[in-house]
Amino acid sequence: MHFISPVLWQFLVRWLNNSALFPPEASAISTDVDAFYLYLLLISAVGLVAVAILIFGFSIAYRKDRNPVATQIEGSTLLEATWTIIPLALFMICFVWGALLYFRIYDPPTNAMNIYIVGKQWMWKAEHPGGQHEIDSLHVPINRPVQLTMISQDVFHSFSIPAFRVKREVIPGRYSTVWFEATQVGTYHLFCTQYCGTNHSAMIGDIVVMTPGDYQSWIAGSTSGSSLAQNGERLFASLGCNACHSGQASARGPNLAQVYGSRLQLTDGSSVTADDAFLREAILNPSTRVTAGYAPIMPTYQGQVSEEGLIDLVEYIKNLNSNYRVQQTLTASQAEPGPASSAGAGSSGNQTQSRQTPGKAAQKAPGTVKQ
Amino acid sequence: MDSQAIANRTVESHPTEAHEHPSYLRHHFVTVEQQRETVSFGMWLFLLTEIMFFGGLFMAYLLYRNWYYDAFVSGSNTLSIPLGTTNTLVLILSSFTMAMGVYSAETRNRKGLIRYLLLTIVLGLAFLGIKTVEYHAKYVEHHIPGANFSVEDFVHPSDPRDRPLAPDMAQHAQIYFFLYFAMTGMHALHMIIGISILFVLLYQAYHGAYVNGHSSTIDNFGLYWHFVDIVWIFLFPLLYLISRHHL
Amino acid sequence: MSTIVSLPNQETATLPKVNYLNNGYGLKSWLLTSDHKRIAILYLMSITVFFFLGGSFAGLIRLELLTPMPDLVASDTYNKLFTMHGVIMIFLFLVPSVPATIGNFVIPIMVGAKDLAFPKINLLSWYLYVVAGIFLVYALVNGGVDTGWTFTTPLSTHYVNTHVITAALGVFIAGFSSIFTGLNFIVTIHRMRAPGMTWFRLPLFCWSNYAAAILMVLGTPVLAITLVLVALERLFGIGVFDPTKGGDPLLFQHLFWFYSHPAVYIMILPGFGVISEVISTFSRKRVFGYTAVAFSSVAIAVFGFFVWAHHMFIMGVSNYSALVFSLLTMLVAVPSAIKIFNWSATLYKGSITFETPMLYAFGFVGLFTIGGLTGVFLGSLGMDIHLTETYFIVAHFHFVMVGGMLMAYLAGVHFWWPKMTGRMYPESMSQLAAVTTFIGFILTFFPQFILGYLGMPRRYHAYPPEFQVLNVLSTAGATVLGVGYLLPMLYMPWSLKYGKIAGSNPWQATGLEWQIQSPPLTENFVETPVVDHEAYDYEWLAHKTQHEVTTVG
Repeated sequence: MHFISPVLWQFLVRWLNNSALFPPEASAISTDVDAFYLYLLLISAVGLVAVAILIFGFSIAYRKDRNPVATQIEGSTLLEATWTIIPLALFMICFVWGALLYFRIYDPPTNAMNIYIVGKQWMWKAEHPGGQHEIDSLHVPINRPVQLTMISQDVFHSFSIPAFRVKREVIPGRYSTVWFEATQVGTYHLFCTQYCGTNHSAMIGDIVVMTPGDYQSWIAGSTSGSSLAQNGERLFASLGCNACHSGQASARGPNLAQVYGSRLQLTDGSSVTADDAFLREAILNPSTRVTAGYAPIMPTYQGQVSEEGLIDLVEYIKNLNSNYRVQQTLTASQAEPGPASSAGAGSSGNQTQSRQTPGKAAQKAPGTVKQ
Repeated sequence: MDSQAIANRTVESHPTEAHEHPSYLRHHFVTVEQQRETVSFGMWLFLLTEIMFFGGLFMAYLLYRNWYYDAFVSGSNTLSIPLGTTNTLVLILSSFTMAMGVYSAETRNRKGLIRYLLLTIVLGLAFLGIKTVEYHAKYVEHHIPGANFSVEDFVHPSDPRDRPLAPDMAQHAQIYFFLYFAMTGMHALHMIIGISILFVLLYQAYHGAYVNGHSSTIDNFGLYWHFVDIVWIFLFPLLYLISRHHL
Repeated sequence: MSTIVSLPNQETATLPKVNYLNNGYGLKSWLLTSDHKRIAILYLMSITVFFFLGGSFAGLIRLELLTPMPDLVASDTYNKLFTMHGVIMIFLFLVPSVPATIGNFVIPIMVGAKDLAFPKINLLSWYLYVVAGIFLVYALVNGGVDTGWTFTTPLSTHYVNTHVITAALGVFIAGFSSIFTGLNFIVTIHRMRAPGMTWFRLPLFCWSNYAAAILMVLGTPVLAITLVLVALERLFGIGVFDPTKGGDPLLFQHLFWFYSHPAVYIMILPGFGVISEVISTFSRKRVFGYTAVAFSSVAIAVFGFFVWAHHMFIMGVSNYSALVFSLLTMLVAVPSAIKIFNWSATLYKGSITFETPMLYAFGFVGLFTIGGLTGVFLGSLGMDIHLTETYFIVAHFHFVMVGGMLMAYLAGVHFWWPKMTGRMYPESMSQLAAVTTFIGFILTFFPQFILGYLGMPRRYHAYPPEFQVLNVLSTAGATVLGVGYLLPMLYMPWSLKYGKIAGSNPWQATGLEWQIQSPPLTENFVETPVVDHEAYDYEWLAHKTQHEVTTVG
């Protein structure tokens, strides 16, 4: 071969050395996907060989030189049934196997750690709950289920990690999720696979899988100072959300403490689980689904909060176990309006205080709040 | 001698077929009956295409109505029921005159045909006229989606019977009006095409066509006209009537 | 190797004095014709132009991908190249290819009619096609379109500054051209059959075009209205597909694929018909399981309408609807398998010869089998997650559309060329072209399956360097493929003047179109034929030929 074309030879050697017929198997699911792939390859090979044998065999056996006169045959119901049922059975196995895999890939385990992904023309932004931000890369620990909650800020994108055999469309206006459990330390490709405009092919990045120790030090080393929930708390205060969502009995908005994951009754009689998507929708299109007992008076925040801001808010509400801090920010912002108050609310002093009932907290005068 | 040569020879011996057929029988049909059935079958198939065409819009309507129910209700409250009902009656009447036109053509009644075609045109134009009045009202009220749109009427309705909408839901009334204009606009476009064809038919009927027993063009145009009518029969309740707070 | 070609004595044979080609000369006699055969020729010429236009874009794409770096063209140019390649190849080549050229030419003759049911609408359909082409070329020369052929919202409506509306209008008009073709076919097959031509005596080519026509008539209007909505949204900034304004981008996906998945069957079904004709003719045998093949076409058309959401498995359709659509996708794969096996079984105890159309047909069977089986990979939910939007899917649909449909189209053009022109194409040259195309095709697209499994995304202008080897292979293959496609462009025009006189039935085939002179008369038949035999009845043909010899000779 190398006598014919040294260049091509070089290519082939390089390719074979990397044995590139499969991408690396770096996630818990990838070996299962590959096993299914091999099954599909096998039935394809069987089908192709069967057709090839029929075509070449008959072409040789019944060429005009050997068989000058054709024998007319109508058909055979038995044969028709055979080659209907056998492919159907093989395809049904594909269907069941594929469906089982699909449900595994798209149904995250409950103990998965959550990372937020925002796609925009033409970059990937990852937001860890601890407040670490990354652009065009994602650091994850090994052997731990990771769920990605993803959204696009503009057009359709698609988050694809071939080494993990997972991919999911990142859609504007709604959250989509995917999960994986990395099993091999290393750096893998991240691609945007949905065509998204001019620099589509530059919307790539690295997935860095680390040992738990390395991951911890990376987390510690790249912290931005405040967690997503803390950012959300600040945003919550500066948008004035706490004016209505104060948790008091007389409040104009529903109590948000422990609302995440709960079942809500809506004014139209239906009920809904308050998940990430619902919280996001409630901020942007509040009157589409109004909690029972409240008037549809909440203004929309469409266009005022970026997707990152929405993630901060969602993360904040998710972690809101009591209204104590809501009221503190409220009273603090009444005392000294402006961003300084929210920063104060985030200080460590408050966190040591025991949780109090909302009623008591509300009775406190601004001056009594320990700053 | 192969079959080709035979074909050649036959052609030479029969230069052209004798003109024993009626003039309206197209050369590639064997009988008038076949021609009539073929053309009518083609028309039905075309109407099937049209149904799918409107189907896409109905699909969008159903989805968004489900999502933004309140906006759709408020949007339909701004439409004028008297004008819509009048238009429905005008169209049903025009279907009747069209049917009478078909009947006149079949009974070879030239005057009747001309009269009913003319009436159908007048009723069709009346429909479009009323539609224009409605469109103009939408323009004046700033209900046309896009730059001109204002949510004012929905956030602060002037009629006390209307429930005020939250601003975000009021914005979605734009989707209702977009679908309203897309659907009624498509329907109006079909009316305009229909009326243009009616003028041609009228001209031909005036010069004596369609009353010689060959009226399938009129029949098939009638099918089209009834189809456009039926589309409106679906549009009217969906856009004007259902879920209104008040009439 | 023996052959079935039986040509008249070349010393004495001439083309028929009267035929559809010399019935009137001059541009006007062509541009105002209502003869389905002339319209077919007009279509043939125009789609050839667009095929090579679309093909040249493909060539540039492959050249760019020779290296991992974005070095030949800029990103925007690259995006425009693959968009225009897709739009032109799908709407101006694949959809009209077999129906509008071969179908237009032979379906009326096959059913024993003088013309299609609506000759003027047929001509209108060609004019619409040309207007659509003008719109797309206008969009192209004025800067192109870079939305991808799928016009995905909100990218197409709010994020690109190219000629989306012009291109969408072009596709809209092309859609009506195809609706009219489909409508004409359905009505013709229903109402214009000659006496004795029952449904189950129809050649399978008619059945498969009938099935494709149903899809054209019912699917295309949905695409039309969807593109109207895209254009309106772009013009007026209304958010019917824009999530920031309350619209649903997935609604666009549903409406778009509701047409565009059946469109795949619009493209491939007529090809099935060609293959049935060719394999039967060159093995001198009735198609094995005629009814199974006929009904499998209809089954594909019916099931084809209910699988569109398999393009959206990773887009967040609910898990349960994904299940249903995956199941239906598996079911629609079965009729295709039935066809493959029936064609193979047709060869059994045949008397097979290997003229060019047969070579193309064999190429079709091989490539379509691969294309169809890889479709099962993509229809399997868990596998689709990894494979969709990669080069695997690019390879898959090129195997079906190019490996399948284009092979079938070339088989058909070669098969009916003697009927259309009255002259034979040069046999050995065309056999060379068929083999070159097959080899070039495998070299071009097989490496893309591997690339896809490795994860290389589609529509990438630049790619990680480890994918280069396979891309080089693919580009090298594309060169061979290009030669394979250019060869017919050389010898087909040559044959118009220098080809052997074909006579009425060079292949000794049984269809009605082979029982009349080549090229046919404008009216096709001197007198309306009366059909008293099944399709592919070679005994009837032998008897008829013998009878002619004894009475006339």
